[in-house]
Amino acid sequence: MAQQFEPLIIGFTCNWCSYRAADSAGSMRLKYPPNIRLIRLMCSGRIDTTFVLQAFANGADAVLISGCHPGDCHYVEQNYKAQSRFLLMRRMIAQMGIEPQRLQLLWASAAEGTIFAAEVTKMIEEIRKLGPLNWKGGQLSAVSHQRSAIAEVAV
Amino acid sequence: MVSVGSHKNINLMAYSEVTKVEGYVGNFTVTVRKKARYVKEADCTGCGICQEKCPKKVIDQAYEAGVGYRKAIYTPFPQAVPKYPVIDRDNCTFFQKGTCKACEKFCASNAIDFKQQDEYVTFQVGNIILATGYDLFDARRISQYGYGRLANVFTNLEFERLSSAGGPTGGKIVLRDGVTVPQSVGIVHCVGSRDKHYNNYCSVICCMQSLKFAHLVKEKTGATVYNFYMDMRTAFKDYDEFYQRVLDEGTLFVRGRVAEVTDAARQSGEEGKLIVQVEDTLIGKQRRIPVDMVILSAGLEPRHDSKQVGHLFGISCASAGWFIERHPKLDPVATMTEGIFIAGCAQGPKDIPASVAQGAAAAARVVGKVQQKEIAVEPIRASIDKERCSACRICNNQCPFTAINFIEAKNGARAYSEVNPALCQGCGTCVAACPSGAIAGTVFSSKQITAQLNGLMLLNIGEAVPA
Ligand SMILES: Cc1cc2nc3c(=O)[nH]c(=O)nc-3n(C[C@H](O)[C@H](O)[C@H](O)COP(=O)(O)OP(=O)(O)OC[C@H]3O[C@@H](n4cnc5c(N)ncnc54)[C@H](O)[C@@H]3O)c2cc1C
Ligand code: FES
Repeated sequence: MAQQFEPLIIGFTCNWCSYRAADSAGSMRLKYPPNIRLIRLMCSGRIDTTFVLQAFANGADAVLISGCHPGDCHYVEQNYKAQSRFLLMRRMIAQMGIEPQRLQLLWASAAEGTIFAAEVTKMIEEIRKLGPLNWKGGQLSAVSHQRSAIAEVAV
Repeated sequence: MVSVGSHKNINLMAYSEVTKVEGYVGNFTVTVRKKARYVKEADCTGCGICQEKCPKKVIDQAYEAGVGYRKAIYTPFPQAVPKYPVIDRDNCTFFQKGTCKACEKFCASNAIDFKQQDEYVTFQVGNIILATGYDLFDARRISQYGYGRLANVFTNLEFERLSSAGGPTGGKIVLRDGVTVPQSVGIVHCVGSRDKHYNNYCSVICCMQSLKFAHLVKEKTGATVYNFYMDMRTAFKDYDEFYQRVLDEGTLFVRGRVAEVTDAARQSGEEGKLIVQVEDTLIGKQRRIPVDMVILSAGLEPRHDSKQVGHLFGISCASAGWFIERHPKLDPVATMTEGIFIAGCAQGPKDIPASVAQGAAAAARVVGKVQQKEIAVEPIRASIDKERCSACRICNNQCPFTAINFIEAKNGARAYSEVNPALCQGCGTCVAACPSGAIAGTVFSSKQITAQLNGLMLLNIGEAVPA
């Protein structure tokens, strides 16, 4: 049997909501697959298009941006700015030949550990079905092989 | 409350509502709407003659839970602090029909002012404690329990008034007709709690409160008492001892969730009674238990406006609507917003001892902050490299705190934007937006985030850690 594809997903989380949602998922002892790796930002508004592109270029199979629910941003309205960047980036990556669903947006409040875990699990399954990122622009497919080799060692 | 009302450092604002909160810890500006009570506080002596003389009787839905009356000018209860009454506009004959003014005629100190308007006051505070409490679950929502339809089904709050010496019956436990003493009483625990159709959490207080009711009914009427419970939760100091005592007093406990309360008699002995239909899970049988009175221990719910209040003060609610503490174990009365604390049922269901403990804890945290005199703030700020700034102004309208100022070109010097560090909250949106990469964010710099990104992909093994 062929080995199951394990996608690597980078998640950008907001300090005030989704990062805490992930934390609360942990303290509730909820499980979600380890395929996602989280980076904490102070706000989803900090999301820079270059971070997303860098993640793809480095060989991430998908990127998740998550922030506070509309109206709940700790900094008033920056999650709306994140949302417009997200929409723009989706179109941009599509033009670059990356399936748009490899970039996803999730609103999760600090209390929504359950939702966070469920949505992340769903996303991982979706990307697993989609298969590995096959992007000509990615300079790093070699590196990404190297990475999995290192990962195996690390595990 | 009396000592709170008369304390020289406490400014008590009853019948008032916070309408706006601006600023940050140590420096909040709060706007409060003092609602017009149509009584001048400076002149009122609290003698109570207005309430005595007011000809309009109104069913008191708040303090008396609908089982007693008050006047159209009233204080919620005789010992209320402050002592000034309020005129209930919707029920006042003068406000509705233009005549009466009995209160004004009898007031010896001319304190009545029908023209009084709402007043807005603004002041500075350093810290805020929210102790806004809970709402009672509306027992009408469980229609099969018959509350509102079957006269002798009471809520817990109604029963509190019935059994109170200061209540409408002077503490006599009687049926809705006001005279008949019940011979048998059924007390239903967990109404609206631990039920996936309503609230899936435990309301914490119902078990002890239902035991208290059983004890009071026994003591005052000698009636047969049935408590219908799912699990008995008597988890704190002396609580289980009280349960043992109620057991010894002869209260009968039936373990199971009540299916229905009905007045439809099916067998002899049920006529004219309320029949409690319940599965007794300890003997595995359906039972029908006829009683004269049923008391529903309705649970606690987050206040209906908790989301709006949370928003006003910049704190968040869990999905049910309870305010979220900073940390469930280590920081139970602080919130994610510096300077805003929570206490009591606003944070989650709890009884009076636990509410008092949290109130004291929150007050102590505030005293700690006040005595500190200085506070450490997060060093996360954005700053603009003047040399690299192309003065494109893209960042200017990214900031919701108007922390970015645009400096016009002057005397040959180039125009540029700059961040006011006192206003910047550190969200980083401008950092991401700057097309020239001229804005740096401390702690969350692009270099640091990129390093994390590479680290998560195991690309930077062996590289130096960036500063
Ligand atoms: C029927 C019944 C019986 C009970 N019996 C017992 C008992 O025997 N022993 C026991 O320990 N506990 C008992 N409890 C529980 C007890 O009522 C609570 O633990 C306690 O009241 C919680 O106190 P609190 O200060 O947090 O909230 P509350 O007592 O609810 O006080 C909150 C206050 O904030 C005010 N408020 C709300 N929003 C605003 C706003 N936006 N602006 C200004 N003011 C606002 C409200 O008007 C209210 O006065 C009982 C509860 C019920 C329902
Ligand atoms: S603070 Fe969470 S998205 Fe802005």
